[in-house]
Amino acid sequence: MQENKSFLKKPAVQTILASLICIVLGVLIGFIALLIINPSGAWNALGEILKNFWNYSKHTTQMKNLGNTLVKTAPLLMCGLSVLFAYKVGLFNIGAAGQYVAGAGACIYCAVGLGWGWFPCMLASILAGALVGSLSGLLKAYRNVNEVISCIMLNWICLYLVNTLLSKIKNPTSPYTYAINLKVVTTDGVTSTAAHPQALLPTLGINALFNNNKYVGIAIPLAILLAIASWVLLSKTKLGYELRATGLNKYAAKYAGMADRGNIILTMAIAGGLAGIGASMLYLTGFEDWSVTQASVPAMGFNGIAAAFLGGLNPIGTIFSSYFIQHITDGGAQLNKQVYPGEISSMISSLIIYFCGFVLFFKSTMNKWLDSRAEKSAKKGGK
Amino acid sequence: MGNEHNSEYAIEMLHITKRFPGIIANDDITLQLRHGEIHALLGENGAGKSTLMSVLFGLYQAEEGTIKKDGKEVKILSPNDANALGIGMVHQHFKLVECFTVLDNIILGDEPVGPMGILKKEEARKKIMDLSNKYGLQVDPDAKIQDITVGMQQRTEILKMLYRDNEILIFDEPTAVLTPQEIHDLMKIMKNLAAEGMSILFISHKLAEIMEVADRCSVLRKGKYIGTVNTADVTMAELSSMMVGRNVNFHVEKKEQHLGDVILEVENMTVASKVHKNNAVKNVSLKVRGGEIVCIAGIDGNGQTEFVYGLTGLEPLVSGKITLMGKDITKMPIRKRSIMGMSHIPEDRHKHGLVLDYSLEDNIVLQRYFEPTFTKNGFLRRKNIRKQAEDMIKEYDIRSGQGPITTSRSMSGGNQQKAIIAREIEKDPGLLIAVQPTRGLDVGAIEFIHKQIVAQRDAGKAVLLVSLEMDEVLDVSDRILVMYEGEIVGQLDPKTTTPEEMGLYMAGAKREEVKP
Repeated sequence: MQENKSFLKKPAVQTILASLICIVLGVLIGFIALLIINPSGAWNALGEILKNFWNYSKHTTQMKNLGNTLVKTAPLLMCGLSVLFAYKVGLFNIGAAGQYVAGAGACIYCAVGLGWGWFPCMLASILAGALVGSLSGLLKAYRNVNEVISCIMLNWICLYLVNTLLSKIKNPTSPYTYAINLKVVTTDGVTSTAAHPQALLPTLGINALFNNNKYVGIAIPLAILLAIASWVLLSKTKLGYELRATGLNKYAAKYAGMADRGNIILTMAIAGGLAGIGASMLYLTGFEDWSVTQASVPAMGFNGIAAAFLGGLNPIGTIFSSYFIQHITDGGAQLNKQVYPGEISSMISSLIIYFCGFVLFFKSTMNKWLDSRAEKSAKKGGK
Repeated sequence: MGNEHNSEYAIEMLHITKRFPGIIANDDITLQLRHGEIHALLGENGAGKSTLMSVLFGLYQAEEGTIKKDGKEVKILSPNDANALGIGMVHQHFKLVECFTVLDNIILGDEPVGPMGILKKEEARKKIMDLSNKYGLQVDPDAKIQDITVGMQQRTEILKMLYRDNEILIFDEPTAVLTPQEIHDLMKIMKNLAAEGMSILFISHKLAEIMEVADRCSVLRKGKYIGTVNTADVTMAELSSMMVGRNVNFHVEKKEQHLGDVILEVENMTVASKVHKNNAVKNVSLKVRGGEIVCIAGIDGNGQTEFVYGLTGLEPLVSGKITLMGKDITKMPIRKRSIMGMSHIPEDRHKHGLVLDYSLEDNIVLQRYFEPTFTKNGFLRRKNIRKQAEDMIKEYDIRSGQGPITTSRSMSGGNQQKAIIAREIEKDPGLLIAVQPTRGLDVGAIEFIHKQIVAQRDAGKAVLLVSLEMDEVLDVSDRILVMYEGEIVGQLDPKTTTPEEMGLYMAGAKREEVKP
């Protein structure tokens, strides 16, 4: 009893429990939506969403699809870390989306347009993201411009700048840029020279585990390493100490002589860099190409907000939450589109995030319940 | 007088018990207020005074106990019930609308209206002026709250109660914001009110005022009822030991003074205000030497806060020069000032002094985390930080639930303040700036903190104390500078001056040229 109580009282345990409650509630309401759309197939549909790659019976296909999910998890994790990092310093980086776009533009242009190798391409995407992030940071630090406003505007600025830039390397027969990973065959039957194997991320043989899924590679371990590095930076270093102090109480940080403005800019630059590298982790695998006609900011950056919050604003937690979100998103794609819209999994993940807003409420309710139970047992013991 | 009433007591709170999770805020407390008496409620912070008053006001419901009005049991479920029973309260922080006139504030919520909802202000004005004359409560009914003195604001609050025909008046720490003259006036008003049959509950921890004005005094300590005494029958020392549970040494022991070199020199400092267009600090010059405690006294809001902000670098100066130990630090960043030997116990420990969600150990090193002892190659040296915190906890008797890893937010105000003081003093500063270091603390903690500050002075450090507490100013300091509307208007010797003389300077009634 005593042990049980102290275990449930641990903040880490409570955070995980609260996140799990969010997931259960989100899935539950998603299930109700499925029931409303088509009651007979709802149970199966929910199973399909939650199973994702397990829907396939063959082990090799399962692994290949797991690989695909992981490929998209890496950039999502980076965007989650980007949001999380800024949030620790008290900034809401809704601009992860725009920083991600800037990173995508930079790495694709460097790879396809300039023919650079993967490493300089990746550096370019970090720089581009960091630049966009620090712009918001600068505005916040020196002109007290609300970072949410400047970030949202920069999201659109980035989108159209990148569309303009990448139009230069657009494949004339499609709305997409020349591919990095594929030899494109044009209509006249001439093999295009647009393939850029030098820019592809190394696979390090990891792809062998995933039935030679050619998209799986260095990005996944790199993303996990960066998550761990973020955790170390935030909790073990002097910089992390300063950044968290600034986020928790900027007045105390100023009083203690910390460079509050510098820290805000640095934070946004790091956050931007994380989102930027996230883009290179996806686009440098050739998994997707950029459509220069797209008129909406890719959702990856916004989903990062979800990943960060569901992960309890902990870098390690974000590894798992971003995988989970990507898992059910891909699971949603398995649904029978004739019956259920694929967006159902987006809805479930947004419901989960919505419930994340209640994490504090869950925690305090849990504490209240624990307190009253402790009081009761104390009374009993007293008598 | 007693014949008109059914009972000897206007209000009785009998055996009140109020629990909160994990704490008993009021444990079997009995408070009986006679008709026409001034009854003091004495207790330290956290003794349960506010909870008891909240129960009386219907903000909380007691688990056990009864409340009687004129001998009849009553249920008070909300403040409206309390109002209907004629219970009124002047809160420590006034509840007035700044941009309304005195008259509007008094009638607010109880407006006399004619047909069509038209206000009958003249009727109200007459009633207010009658009350004002009867009890000697001078107010200007047409002045706006923001333009009148704190004293008049308080009289407005009292009129608000009288206007509502309240006959049981609660004053919650009413003297905290007043000058000695205003306190004197208030005491007279309270006596007038009692003489007219009002029953007054006077909540305070200032013994002298209780001795002067109250007939009886009930004492609470740590949620328990200690007793009720006639003030005529007890001494101040007896009251204080009832309140604290032991004898308290009010006098601060100080060694003979050995003046050292000038440590801090401020020349013609001017600091802008954030709330109004005028400068908050105007052309202030002063010197502080080693081995002396210089106190800046004054009523809250006369530029002390901005002066300290300018001095410590939290706000830039408009003009002027600051020299610390012979070096010009006017434009120096906060961190450098700190390293040079300036320690700052800030006015607001929650805003500036602590990162409340940090652990105690992280807060202990807030000013020193970057030193090689605590950081190596960019990584924090957790072991050394923990050791530092453990040392401080021992040396300064900082009490917390889980030692160094306790979240600072969960600590009591006194222990939070001790942590800040430990941190700032342990830096071994040349200059210690302490701003209201004992605000909101209980007697035991105050005693401890005063000792620490005096120890710094005895060790030859320069101490600049900013305080609103008259007693603190007189007990602790070696030299008093009075600040009024952003200027130093007088220099006083605590050995020879009186609270009354100080009050004249604090209220701006008297001023002299002060040479630094």
